[in-house]
Amino acid sequence: MSTAEDVVTEAPAIEAVPKRAMTLGTGTSVVVLLLLLAVPLFAKNFIIFQLTQLLYLGLAVLALNILTGGSGQFSLGQSAFYAVGAYVTAVMMEAFNINYVLCLPIAGVLCFGFGFLFGQPALRLSGVYLALATFALATAMPQLLKLNFLEHWTGGVQGLVVTKPDAPFGLPMSQDMWLYYFTLAIVLAIYIFSVNLLRSRSGRAFMAIRDNEIAASAMGVNVALYKTLAFGVSAGITGVAGGLSAIAVQFVAPDSFTITLSIQLFLGMVVGGVGWLPGSIVGAAFIIFVPNIAEGISKGLSGAVFGVLLFFVIYLVPHGARQVAIMGQQLVGRLKKN
Amino acid sequence: MELFTNQVLAGISTGAIYACMALAVVMIYQAIDHLNFAQGEMAMFSTFISWQLMQWGIPYWGAFIIALVFSFIGGIAIERILFKPLAKAPVLTNVAGFIALYAIINSSAGLIWDFTIKQYPTPFGSSPFLGSQLISTHQAGMIGVTVLLLLALYFFFQYTRIGLAMRAAASVPESARLVGINTSWMIALGWGMASAIGAIAGMLIAPVVFLEPNMMGGVLIYGFAAAVLGGLTSPFGAVVGGFLVGIFENLAGTYIPGVGNELKLPIALALIISVLVVKPAGLFGRQIVKRV
Repeated sequence: MSTAEDVVTEAPAIEAVPKRAMTLGTGTSVVVLLLLLAVPLFAKNFIIFQLTQLLYLGLAVLALNILTGGSGQFSLGQSAFYAVGAYVTAVMMEAFNINYVLCLPIAGVLCFGFGFLFGQPALRLSGVYLALATFALATAMPQLLKLNFLEHWTGGVQGLVVTKPDAPFGLPMSQDMWLYYFTLAIVLAIYIFSVNLLRSRSGRAFMAIRDNEIAASAMGVNVALYKTLAFGVSAGITGVAGGLSAIAVQFVAPDSFTITLSIQLFLGMVVGGVGWLPGSIVGAAFIIFVPNIAEGISKGLSGAVFGVLLFFVIYLVPHGARQVAIMGQQLVGRLKKN
Repeated sequence: MELFTNQVLAGISTGAIYACMALAVVMIYQAIDHLNFAQGEMAMFSTFISWQLMQWGIPYWGAFIIALVFSFIGGIAIERILFKPLAKAPVLTNVAGFIALYAIINSSAGLIWDFTIKQYPTPFGSSPFLGSQLISTHQAGMIGVTVLLLLALYFFFQYTRIGLAMRAAASVPESARLVGINTSWMIALGWGMASAIGAIAGMLIAPVVFLEPNMMGGVLIYGFAAAVLGGLTSPFGAVVGGFLVGIFENLAGTYIPGVGNELKLPIALALIISVLVVKPAGLFGRQIVKRV
């Protein structure tokens, strides 16, 4: 087609979320934390397991949120980093008998390196092109895990079984409950780290790049460095989430880490609100529970019901859970005035 | 050398499938500026409609035309009902909407026509084409239709008033509105055309991959890849991209040892990405200059 209209002014693809609006207030945070601490005391083991799942998937959504909501880059390759984290943890635990507490940071660091390196060629790409590149990574990963010469460690198509750790120091709690608190502690630590990261110099650099890359580089932000750094941090956190999932599910296999997982994480981010970190847990809840609800409504049409529910959510709150939070805040403000 | 030519020919014939799909992808990208993830499912649904019509005794071309009209109207309806309300929502929310649409269409088709594989007839026959074992008359016909479609689109966009209006609405919506173009309906029209082109692609592909609700999964990915490789702004690029992806994929499967069917896709994608690193807007895409 014509090449006449070269100059295009585009609205930025990702909304500019100011950094104050990225987190919860102190009061709300404490309430949420107390709830998360108290719930397992009153729940059955299966529900505790689901809550653990909620936490580590929330962590993975948070990682994508840092990348997309923070630095404005889009990725469909999160499942690949998740897979690497899960496999590194599983292999170290089973083949080398390393304690699971040590496996997670190693998985995180390895994934950080992997993401940082992947960020290099991805630097020249943006938008749909970046989506395609990360998509390639996600489709390649399950096949790479099945390769013959890795089979000795990865168990090939069969996958690996991971032993569930017991509660240490003779604490009187079930394995599931211990795992829940262990996951909660890690997720909390990473959440605090992420909030601080986005408030730091690096976080401001991410957001400057998200809002306008050219302006950011004119202000002296090293665009290449911070873009790859965002990829690295996001991949590292996703890797830890993958490691936690391997421990909680007690099983890793190549086909649990397909592109579907990346798409779920993406949906989680949209439902939770792009760029709003606490929304990640809401998004995770959506991707865990809504498919179950859909299945409950109609077995044959579960996909269609899921789609309709998703449409409902994005019609009502196009900005995700963040919008609900803002509306709530305004309501509280109005009540205080009266 | 003979192996090489044969593989290239086979690549061209699979490439025709991707080219068709890529053309539909580019069409909608031109109209709405997003990649529509539900495109393949929409095409699959149209193909099922034509199959159902043929089961009811309507001849091939009759079913073909009815399915085309149905997809055109269906595409417009989807835009008006589902996506117009989302026009002001953030881009990523729209993408989530595409995923929802994908789930809805896929699951409904599964319920209506179930997941068993069905034969789909071809109007071109399936004997060897010009004595070559690699390209059947159906595949030759497919390439022919793709080229015809491309020509028709070229004339439509270059020489008709409405084609011009669509181009204007897509590239500078503000100014287009000022000169009296109804940009909102141009988007709907874009959806309708993309949906109809997708339906043609689906009906041409179905005899090769057989008809079932998940038939488009793989094809759509290659179609996206082809569209991106050719440059998302150029229908011609999309068709060239489609043939190139087909050839890439076949050659990688033949010449790189240890590449089974599974690794063909990642390798093809990796090649495309290396092309994109050198030419970030695709082979024939228009460089977008950003204003600060």
